[in-house]
Amino acid sequence: MVPLWMYLAVAAALFCIGVFGVLSRRNAVAILMGVELMLNAVNINLVAFWRYSETATPLLLNGYAFTAFVLIIAAAEAAVGLAIIITVYRNRRSVIPEEADTLKG
Amino acid sequence: MELNAVTIGFFVFTILTLGGGLGVVTTRNLFQGTIWLMVSLFGVAGYFVLLSAPFLAAVQVLVYIGAIAILITFAVMLTRSVTRINERYIRTIPSFVASLALFLVLLFGITVPIFGDYPSEMAPTVVMTTRDLGVALVEGNGYVAPFLLASVLLTAAMIGAIFIARDEDS
Repeated sequence: MVPLWMYLAVAAALFCIGVFGVLSRRNAVAILMGVELMLNAVNINLVAFWRYSETATPLLLNGYAFTAFVLIIAAAEAAVGLAIIITVYRNRRSVIPEEADTLKG
Repeated sequence: MELNAVTIGFFVFTILTLGGGLGVVTTRNLFQGTIWLMVSLFGVAGYFVLLSAPFLAAVQVLVYIGAIAILITFAVMLTRSVTRINERYIRTIPSFVASLALFLVLLFGITVPIFGDYPSEMAPTVVMTTRDLGVALVEGNGYVAPFLLASVLLTAAMIGAIFIARDEDS
């Protein structure tokens, strides 16, 4: 049986890989991919805590419902984020976030 | 920790998840990065199976690998200025140090039980069917509010995405 802390350690490692991708990449699409990795790490944590808690009964689906909610938010975020990236690219011929500075004072 | 199917599966999915994640952030070609992202998401789906959440694993494969990864591939292809970027990484060393420090802090918090001991064993086997989830999503004392909220959010996000990405001229 795999203990709980191993799931948490893997999730922490995946989250930090995502943080590194978000901080160090220049391409906006690559930054979005880092965000997806971070959301997945959170999902692993939620399901693992639900599975190991003593209240995991069929009627108490907290982990399940939370994870489904995060999944839906991730889908919405990817759709809107990629739409914004494509619009910025169409207007400025660039996918680098630093170059989209029209609103800069 | 004895060596059985669950343990072996855990290590296989760990290699898939973390290896895919490292591939996403280190590869220079964004197409390959998308493929690595699919590998990593598949590993996460495997964890869901191990944690007796098969429905979430199926949704993970359908929504993440089937929809989001394909959407990202489309975005990569539609914004072909990828080759124009000479400098693909910025502030590499500070980002690496920051994420490594965050990982060490998290690992310390995980392994040192500050908030009390962890349950070492899984809860007794829960017979969780998709039917239970469906009932819980529409039941009065279940999860009706998050269900409806997610539906409205998803609809609003889809309409917003279509509106933002629409071509002004056409």
